[in-house]
Amino acid sequence: MSALSSNGVLMLLAVAIPLFGAIAIVLLRRWPNAREAATLITGVALFVDVLMIACAMQGGATLNLVLARPIVGLPLELTVEPLGMLFALVASGLWIVTSVYSIGYMRAHREKSQTRFYAFFAVAIAATMGIAFAGNLLTLFVFYEALTLSTFPLVTHYGTSAAKRAGRIYLGILVGTSIGLFLIAIIGTYAVAGTLEFRSGGILDGKVTGGIAGLLLVLYVFGIGKAAVMPFHRWLPAAMVAPTPVSALLHAVAVVKAGVFSILKIVTYIFGFDLVRGLDATVALQIVAAFTVIAASLIAITQDNLKARLAYSTVSQLSYIVLAALIADRAGFLGGGMHIATHAFGKITLFFCAGAILVTAHKSRVSELDGLGRTMPWTMTAFLIGSLSIIGMPPLAGLWSKYYLIEGAWFGGSAWLVAIFAISTLLNIFYLLPIPFRAFFRSARADDSLVRREAPLACLLAIGITTLGCLMLFLFPDSILELLGGAITGGALP
Amino acid sequence: MRLLEHLPALIVAVPLVAAPICALLLRTRFPYWFAIAVAWATFAMALLLMEQVLSQGVVVYALGGWAPPWGIVYVVDPLSAMMLVLVSGMAAIIMPGTLLGIGSEVVRRAKRFFFAVTLLVLTGMLGIVMTGDAFNLYVFLEIASLASYALVAMGSDRRSLPAALNYLIQGTIGATFILIGVGLIYMVTGTLNMADMAGRIQTLEGSRPLQAALAFILVGAAIKFALFPAHIWLPNAYTHAPSMVSAFFGATATKLGAYILIRFIYTVFGDEFAFGHMGIAWVLIPAGVAGAILGSLVAIWQNDLKRMLAYSSIAQVGYIALGIGLDNRDGLIAAIVHIFNHGLMKGALFLVMASVILRLGGANMTQFRGLGRRMPLTMACFVVAGLSLIGVPLTVGFISKWYLVLGAIEAGLWPIAILVVASSLLAVIYMWRVIEVAYFETATDNRPIKEAPLQLLLPTAALALLCVLLGISTEFTVEIASRAVVFLDVGL
Repeated sequence: MSALSSNGVLMLLAVAIPLFGAIAIVLLRRWPNAREAATLITGVALFVDVLMIACAMQGGATLNLVLARPIVGLPLELTVEPLGMLFALVASGLWIVTSVYSIGYMRAHREKSQTRFYAFFAVAIAATMGIAFAGNLLTLFVFYEALTLSTFPLVTHYGTSAAKRAGRIYLGILVGTSIGLFLIAIIGTYAVAGTLEFRSGGILDGKVTGGIAGLLLVLYVFGIGKAAVMPFHRWLPAAMVAPTPVSALLHAVAVVKAGVFSILKIVTYIFGFDLVRGLDATVALQIVAAFTVIAASLIAITQDNLKARLAYSTVSQLSYIVLAALIADRAGFLGGGMHIATHAFGKITLFFCAGAILVTAHKSRVSELDGLGRTMPWTMTAFLIGSLSIIGMPPLAGLWSKYYLIEGAWFGGSAWLVAIFAISTLLNIFYLLPIPFRAFFRSARADDSLVRREAPLACLLAIGITTLGCLMLFLFPDSILELLGGAITGGALP
Repeated sequence: MRLLEHLPALIVAVPLVAAPICALLLRTRFPYWFAIAVAWATFAMALLLMEQVLSQGVVVYALGGWAPPWGIVYVVDPLSAMMLVLVSGMAAIIMPGTLLGIGSEVVRRAKRFFFAVTLLVLTGMLGIVMTGDAFNLYVFLEIASLASYALVAMGSDRRSLPAALNYLIQGTIGATFILIGVGLIYMVTGTLNMADMAGRIQTLEGSRPLQAALAFILVGAAIKFALFPAHIWLPNAYTHAPSMVSAFFGATATKLGAYILIRFIYTVFGDEFAFGHMGIAWVLIPAGVAGAILGSLVAIWQNDLKRMLAYSSIAQVGYIALGIGLDNRDGLIAAIVHIFNHGLMKGALFLVMASVILRLGGANMTQFRGLGRRMPLTMACFVVAGLSLIGVPLTVGFISKWYLVLGAIEAGLWPIAILVVASSLLAVIYMWRVIEVAYFETATDNRPIKEAPLQLLLPTAALALLCVLLGISTEFTVEIASRAVVFLDVGL
């Protein structure tokens, strides 16, 4: 192994810092305050490290690190490219906010086994960083599986029979698709292309017939179960039994975005836009993803449980990004990449609010929320802003991603997708806005107390930060667009 | 160094001579320490031989100085060297725990001879992989087999006797088939030396006795290999044998069947005759895939975890057979690597069973309830080895599966590739059942249960650790398997 350069160390730290954090958390298990401090310090250290990687990347440095060589010619390798950089920034930044929120939530809820919770949370973040910085498809797969396994104890945190059942669905679908389809696709790609590198323009172009390429694309899209394309979406609503911080960061940001990120990355760097656009399978998959967008929205409308409704909303929004990837052009890529960031901020805000409502007012159903706007005005205002951002209203971040998605669909020659996006926006309004409306405009039920009681301060602080994020991303989307633009012009990729 | 030159003879001779000495030592403590010393000595010799093979290529040793076609010759190529390291290494790692591990699981009267018989098994196994003489291979096979039947029969569970008898009958049929095969080859080639046989077989294409010989050896080896549908002896033998014996057998016994199969197909008959002329892929691939799927399916329904692991072994044997049957480079690498890797994980898993039986008196699902709290380290080893069995990345199981699926796709057999991963998904189910019970349910009684004793825990942890280390760095396993493939058949 070559000597580590300082840039290599930065890459290593992105995975190592959260792992060391997990160890520190376990060691400090007897002192909750010190343990939570360890979580926060780890979060800040990781974010600083990721920022330094971003600066180094902008400076044109080559960042590359080989961790191990498990298979001849296929190293476990970390490297940086723009899309992964964006994903890492979003995930590590929001981890700090989620940690602040978790402290408020877990203490207010008097949760058991908090040490295990924080430790596995840190391991999951390490796996997420590995996915974001994966230098080839094998590395991505390794960390993808690590993310599934490390989040399993978080999903089954309560240990009840409901949690156990949810854990089975979670593991069954995610491991089943990844080993049964994703791995086959990876090995198939390796067999025909002889490499698994991420390369501008793809590695498959010119090496395969349309049939095989189409088959591989189908295997990838369904095999990456974390993207929750129907019919492999059931794990996401099931995962909602987890404590809310897990649903917020992992099942609205890290895990699900890891899925769509992988699809976006595979379409861009393994297939290449030209190859994907020419495949028959692409249209078929677009139809499946479009169906997922609409069907999941319709299901969301019928859900009374708040977290379940948000989960189905996530299923629907994830397929936006899958569609963006399958449009396979510049605008689609920008829209997909943007949506990873903007949806992350919007959805995490909504989950934070849902958790705040649960710990403060002990309510988990939409139908119970009447009049809550008066007792929890800050939380419900944040909920409204988050909803509007996801719907795509100005002046909020969601507008930009929707703008590029629709542009991509229009100029990509699939005008019917524009209609899908339009209908889905309407459905967004139907399932999201009734929630704040109920809270603000309906009067509370007789047996509800009217005493104004807000969420714990740590929770409110976190909600404030992510809500502000929705606004800031609207005002300053340039840096993200520039970052993503670098990926397609090809200059940034080694 | 004169002594180093005689390593190939010593590695077989030392345990062979040690076995009767061991039987003569009267108190159980003496044979125990003596057997440990012998096992580690053979392991050291195996490593030295491996080093010689890697640096100088194939080591050939003529016993008693008689030149090859007349005398018996020992040949250590990369495949043999790897098998030597696996067999002697497993013996060395498992042996220290045996005295405690066999605890109540071995009949009191038999304890005296337990170590002597174990050393005989070791002798036989080492001899099989060393020898370059077909008849000598049969002799060592019988030494190993007869001693194995005895080991199974020593179990204090009354059901171990019928299991041993069953094993004896089927094992003898297998060994006899191999003997008939060797006899037929001898009939047409007039030699017992494998290299000699190989040279003469090339001129004998289409000879009827030769075809019969391949068929006999294929069936005989398949029985030893527990290849579906010749696996009937295995579940009972593994379940009712003392757990330490199951651990040793689970890691090594079926692998010798695989070794014999590979050795005869590639070294004696040659790839061209076996696959091109006789089409044995049509036997190995369907049997392998059926074994992999059915073995895993049956494992899901087992309540006795030793039996579950036994059926899982049948499934894993299916992978090895499939790898051989694919008849391409990556397939054969997968088979050879999996022989080694599966040894590590199955060894670790059976050792966990030994620990649990020692502490709780049984290894059923009920005993595993809440075990994650009661024996956390032992269960951690179980989870690691279990993940490896499933084939999660960064474990040895993933490496095997990677090459196996790659081999299947290169052979153009996409459906087979999908069946392979489907069967590993079944492994998820049967392993996860146990993990769920151990971590989510609470124990039925309140007895305080201690962690396994160090003599058992350390070997288990060592094997579990190897499952991960050799999954991250494959320079040892894959490198040797690649060399073995080069040596076995240049035509691939």
